[in-house]
This record gives sequence, structure tokens and C-alpha cells, in this order.
Amino acid sequence: MSASTPAPRLSLRDVSYGYVGTSANVLQGIDLELAEGRIVGVVGPNEAGKSTLCLVAAGLAPLAIGGRLDGTVEQDGVDTRTLSAADLGQRVGILFQNPVTQLSGTSVTVYEEIAFGPRNLGLPLGEVATRVEWAADLVGVRDLLPRDPARLSGGQAQLVALGSVLALRPGTLVLDEPTSQLDPLGTRLVGDALADLAAETGTAILMVEHKTDLLARMADEVVVLVDGKIAKSGPAAEVLADPALPALGVEPPSDIRLRAALAEAGISFDASWGPALGVQAAVGARE
Amino acid sequence: MVTATAASAGIGRRMVPFALATIPLVASIILINTFLFPGATDTIVSIGPLAPTWTGLTAAAQATLRVLAFALSVAVFSLTTPTDDLLTDLERRGVGRRAVFVIGAAIGMVPRLVERAGEIVDSQRARGLDTEGARWRRVRGVVPLAAPMISSALTEVEERTLALEARAFSAPPRRTTMRPLPDDSQQRALRWGLLVFVVVAVAASVSGALGIP
Repeated sequence: MSASTPAPRLSLRDVSYGYVGTSANVLQGIDLELAEGRIVGVVGPNEAGKSTLCLVAAGLAPLAIGGRLDGTVEQDGVDTRTLSAADLGQRVGILFQNPVTQLSGTSVTVYEEIAFGPRNLGLPLGEVATRVEWAADLVGVRDLLPRDPARLSGGQAQLVALGSVLALRPGTLVLDEPTSQLDPLGTRLVGDALADLAAETGTAILMVEHKTDLLARMADEVVVLVDGKIAKSGPAAEVLADPALPALGVEPPSDIRLRAALAEAGISFDASWGPALGVQAAVGARE
Repeated sequence: MVTATAASAGIGRRMVPFALATIPLVASIILINTFLFPGATDTIVSIGPLAPTWTGLTAAAQATLRVLAFALSVAVFSLTTPTDDLLTDLERRGVGRRAVFVIGAAIGMVPRLVERAGEIVDSQRARGLDTEGARWRRVRGVVPLAAPMISSALTEVEERTLALEARAFSAPPRRTTMRPLPDDSQQRALRWGLLVFVVVAVAASVSGALGIP
């Protein structure tokens, strides 16, 4: 490895994983690297193993849920199987789909909810406060800090859950469909927050996401997972524009679909028009 | 002592529902003890096959006082102690974070379960299940309510466990205390006084000095 190439934050080498009580592996021969400040999107049809990949990448499988793990998963060069749950929590944060289960259920304010992780680490009160305010600002929930977490909307709860994970300041973030409960505005907010986080702090982000428009905007690379194997991977623009994507069970971003529809209708698309103008000009030309 | 504490805290009226909630239990205690106390022969009055006894009535009164004392103690505790104050103080006193979490989660789970039950009932009704009307129909409606309640609760527990582990729940250091609770000398004196009172009362009861069987 050259001196200019940073060591990967997250590295999966020939990883296969099977759940307890099953004989088949859900993941098979996964190779994946995530460098500092990079965002890698994961797409794929249902039952492709995306959520399992998140658990394995975050070290929770097999540490917390058992199962068979072959191959190597490393965080900052350290095998996750040698780390305790507390050590893992500070190295890699994970956010699941359901915001209700992300929250501790014991905090009476959003402030305390975001402080949950830093308090577990026994950090000084001032440091806890600094982290809570930093994370709340990052995900745009400062106004919610005095609110009861149990009384938030799904989107607000997901933002709070994300803030709670970020408050541990992990070097790697693993996100399992973090915007599935969010409206378009919330999706944009979270996407912008994550992109800023990666750019400003060097946090590496592995993000399972069905919203390919979001990935097209923020991901550096995209991995297509099918039947537990990587079917395709590469730069986001390249993978998301692959015409084979729909056949793999993945909906391409809207601009790619629009171009495909225009091409099918025999209308040429001039990239110099710009996205909105291009559509108007093309439709006008056809009429 | 419970009622005196409630009066000093100004929560007398709010304790009434807690007292009323004991009525079914108290009624059954009075009826069973008064009419069916084993071995009692000191009949108050004979009404056909029914023969209430003084011994049974005395036992019923004692049991009723115990039930009321317990219910009202719970009422005083829940009406005067915010959950977060309780959890904060338990943590400050060195109770393990898992124990504190279990207590907090159990208290916090009640409204969520009630809310979830309402959602499931609405969903079952939308699919034609009759959950109103005759009592046996309502009882029958419990079965399709229980299964999704239990399965969803178990799923939630698994996901929450993973989320908590990822937030350093198992980290070894003692948790940071966010908000030290005020604890002045009067409160400490009252606590110690109550503890001494309980010890004396239990000793007196066990020794037979109070004359209570």
C-alpha cells in the first residue's frame, strides 16, 4: 500500500456468514473496502442479504447474534472478532430501519437520548454536552432536544437515532435504509448531513439504500448485492447507469430512467440542457 | 403513614383512583373471609346456608388494610417520583446500568404496549374481527391480539438489544450522571427515620407485640 493511500476504515475479505440454526450462508465471498471519508452505497433486491451485510460490517454478527463468520472483517485494521461490543460501538456506528427500536425507551428527552451513548462511555459531562449539541446540529434536531422521544414522528425519531449514533463519533457508519421512514425533505436533510459528515470528519459510510437518487447524489461507489454475493460494484455514476440494473431488481435513479424513457421514445437528450431545462426542451421538441 | 405522606404531598385526591382500583380485590377478600373462613365458629348472624363469622370479618379487615396500604404506597410513589428522577438516583447509588435500564424500560413499555394493542385491535377490526359486544366475543378477541403483541414485542427486543450494544451499552465505565438530584439533610433524616420505623414495626409484628396474627 502506498504512503498516500490511507488504510481502509472497514475491510471485508472473502466474508461469508450464516445465521444460527441455518445451514445456508446468507453472505458468500464478500470483498469490500471502505476508505476514510468515502461513501459506499449498497443496493439489491429483497432477501439479497443487505441487512445481514450491515450486521457483519458493524461487527454485531457474530458478536451479538452468533452465527458462522468466515473470512475477515476489520475495522481500522483490527479484526472485529477480537473487539468487545463497547470497543466496536466507538469504532463503528449502526443505524437500522425502524426508528422505534433505535431509541433506548428510557430517556425522557431527546437530549438524554442522544447523550445515551456518550454517557455509557463515562465521558465527562462537558464532553457529553458538546457531543450532544454537535450531533443534534449535524442532523438538524436541535429544536427537538427538550421533546419526549416517544412522541416524535417516524422521520424525527430516525434523525434522533442517527444523532445518537453520531454522538459516539465512530470512524465508520453502517446505515441500513436510514431514510426509509423519511419524507423527501427529511431524506435530503439526512443525505446532506451524511455527505458533510464524510467530507468534514473523514467518517467512512456504508449505506444500504433503495433510494438510488440519493445514492447517485452522495455515494462514491455502489455495490449491487444479489443472493448474498456482489453482482456488480464500482463508481456510483457507472454502476447506477448500468442498463442491467433493473434486471438485478434495482430501480435506477430517476434521471437514468428518464433518459431511458426518452431514448425509447426516440428523443435525444442533450446533457448541456441541464436536468430540468433538458426535459422541457425535449418534450417541447417532440410536441 | 401512607395517607399522611399523601396529604403532606398534596396528592390526596389523585390517590382516589388507586383506592377504587382495589375494590374488586377487596370485595372478594371480604366475602371469602367473612363467609368461608376455615374453622371459625363465632357466627355473627345465620342467613339460611350463609354464616358470616367475626373471625373471618376481622381477618378480612386486616387483609383489606394490607391491600390498601400496598396500593396507596404504590400510588404515593408513582405520583411523587418522576421516572427519570428514580433512574437517575438509582444510577447515582451505584445500581448496575442493566438493572436501571430494565426498570426504566419496564415503566416506559406500558404506554407503548397500550398504544400497540390499540393499533392491533383496530387492524383486527378492519379485517372483520368482532371485538365488542358480548363478553365471550371480547374474550375471543384477545387471542388474535396476543399473538402479534408478543411476536412484535420479541422482535423489538432483539432489534433494540442490537441498537443498544452499538451504543456502548456494555462499556465498562460507570455512566456519566447528567443531573445530580438535590438531597438535603431533611430528606436524609426522613429516609433514615422511615427505615428505622419499618425495622421496629416488623420486629414488633414478628414478636407479637402488635397483636396481629
